[in-house]
Amino acid sequence: MTRYVMVADLRRCVGCQTCTASCKETNATPPGVQWRKVLDIEAGQYPDVRRIFLPTGCQHCDQPPCMEVCPSTATRKRDDGIVTIDYDICIGCSYCAVSCPYEARYKVESAEYVYGAGPISQEKARAAQQKIGVVTKCTFCVERIDAGVKAGKVPGIHPEATPACVNSCLSGALRFGDIEDPDSVVSRLVGDNKWFRQHEDEGTGPGFYYLWDGGRP
Amino acid sequence: MRQMITARLQRSWDLRAAGNFIGGGAGTGLVLASVLLGDGGLSLVAGLALVGLGLAMVWLEIGKPWRALNVFFHPQTSWMTREGIVAGPLMAVGGGYWLLGHPALLVPLVVLAAGFLYCQSRILRASRGIPAWKQAEIVPLIITSGLAEGAGLLALFAEPAPAVLAWALAAGLAREGAWMLYRRGLVASGNASGALAIFGSGPAQAARMAQGLALALWLLALAGLPVAPLAGLLAAGSGWGIKALLITRAAFTRGASVPYAPVRGRGLPMALGGR
Repeated sequence: MTRYVMVADLRRCVGCQTCTASCKETNATPPGVQWRKVLDIEAGQYPDVRRIFLPTGCQHCDQPPCMEVCPSTATRKRDDGIVTIDYDICIGCSYCAVSCPYEARYKVESAEYVYGAGPISQEKARAAQQKIGVVTKCTFCVERIDAGVKAGKVPGIHPEATPACVNSCLSGALRFGDIEDPDSVVSRLVGDNKWFRQHEDEGTGPGFYYLWDGGRP
Repeated sequence: MRQMITARLQRSWDLRAAGNFIGGGAGTGLVLASVLLGDGGLSLVAGLALVGLGLAMVWLEIGKPWRALNVFFHPQTSWMTREGIVAGPLMAVGGGYWLLGHPALLVPLVVLAAGFLYCQSRILRASRGIPAWKQAEIVPLIITSGLAEGAGLLALFAEPAPAVLAWALAAGLAREGAWMLYRRGLVASGNASGALAIFGSGPAQAARMAQGLALALWLLALAGLPVAPLAGLLAAGSGWGIKALLITRAAFTRGASVPYAPVRGRGLPMALGGR
């Protein structure tokens, strides 16, 4: 069985937002929508204060609360753990958005462009009317994964089968792969390091692991 | 660990969504009060109209309203689906009871109205991104609030018979109890400081005072004073105000959670003087 997850090594992330930019370019998300974002967090009490960069987005949960509440079955989970939205079925009620403990979902009511009223060439090329009025989120670049796997590539190893944000990460903080494969990079990282997942108390089983201590990868 | 980025107010559901909980709660409360207390006349129609108005507000809010029919085919999925599925028969049976007054329709009508109200409470309970909504005690709060609002409307529009006044007083007291349990649950959860601050704000306090005043007025009305319409107005209006605040202003997310700070470099831990 395959279970795709993402690993973010918080010791390596420098908060450059390249993954954010890469995601926006790849998925042509409109202004204000960030499927992949890096939170800049100040944590601790003076003098023990740290600055933490936290890449986040859809956690592709084992038990997705968004799927449980979706009234139209537009949100589904694939056998490989990737949570998807069918934009042709979604009614845009945003119930999934208020059910997501990770604030990973977005809805835009009308087409918006980076520079004023008209689209720039890149926006024009990637115009997606089916994403207006419905809820959208990170897909782990599922089309890219599927096309790559079909071509015999391995997600997390070959860029052609790996999410754009992971490909773009210049510090190697973001990794992707099949955690059910004991030889995968993500399995070894999770096995060799201390990690946490966000809001474990929700019982959603996020597919997004954060490394914070342990042996250097 | 203190974090600078914590909760923020959700922007997905606005007053239109609140309208569903206001109209649906008060509407089903009015339907229940009117048929159980022997007044199946215009108050029943008004209750059904409120339910319809609430659903219309939701229809106005969703991004693809013409796809709304999708909702009715998936009862296995969510409480919003079940609410939508119950709405149709509720309208049909309610309309039938109003027209025919046949006693065989009474039980299904009560079950459907109560079911609709229950679905509404579970819609909020399932919203796990919003601590103020997912609190387990939201279920009795939404149900008792709907009953109290409906009883208030019945006293406002119909003859405030002693049974109506007693029902309204009982529903109001139940709402007070549910509110205390809900608030205590929020405090215990530790995840809803933003919501608790909103519930301590001026508008929320005014609504709470109106609820308390309504309770006192129900007692006076039972004693024979002609204050039932005012009590009804306060009972309904205060519940609507609390619901509007709950949906639009007390609905904070949990924010990001970072239980451990990353260890960068190879130096000593900060607690030991390292950087």
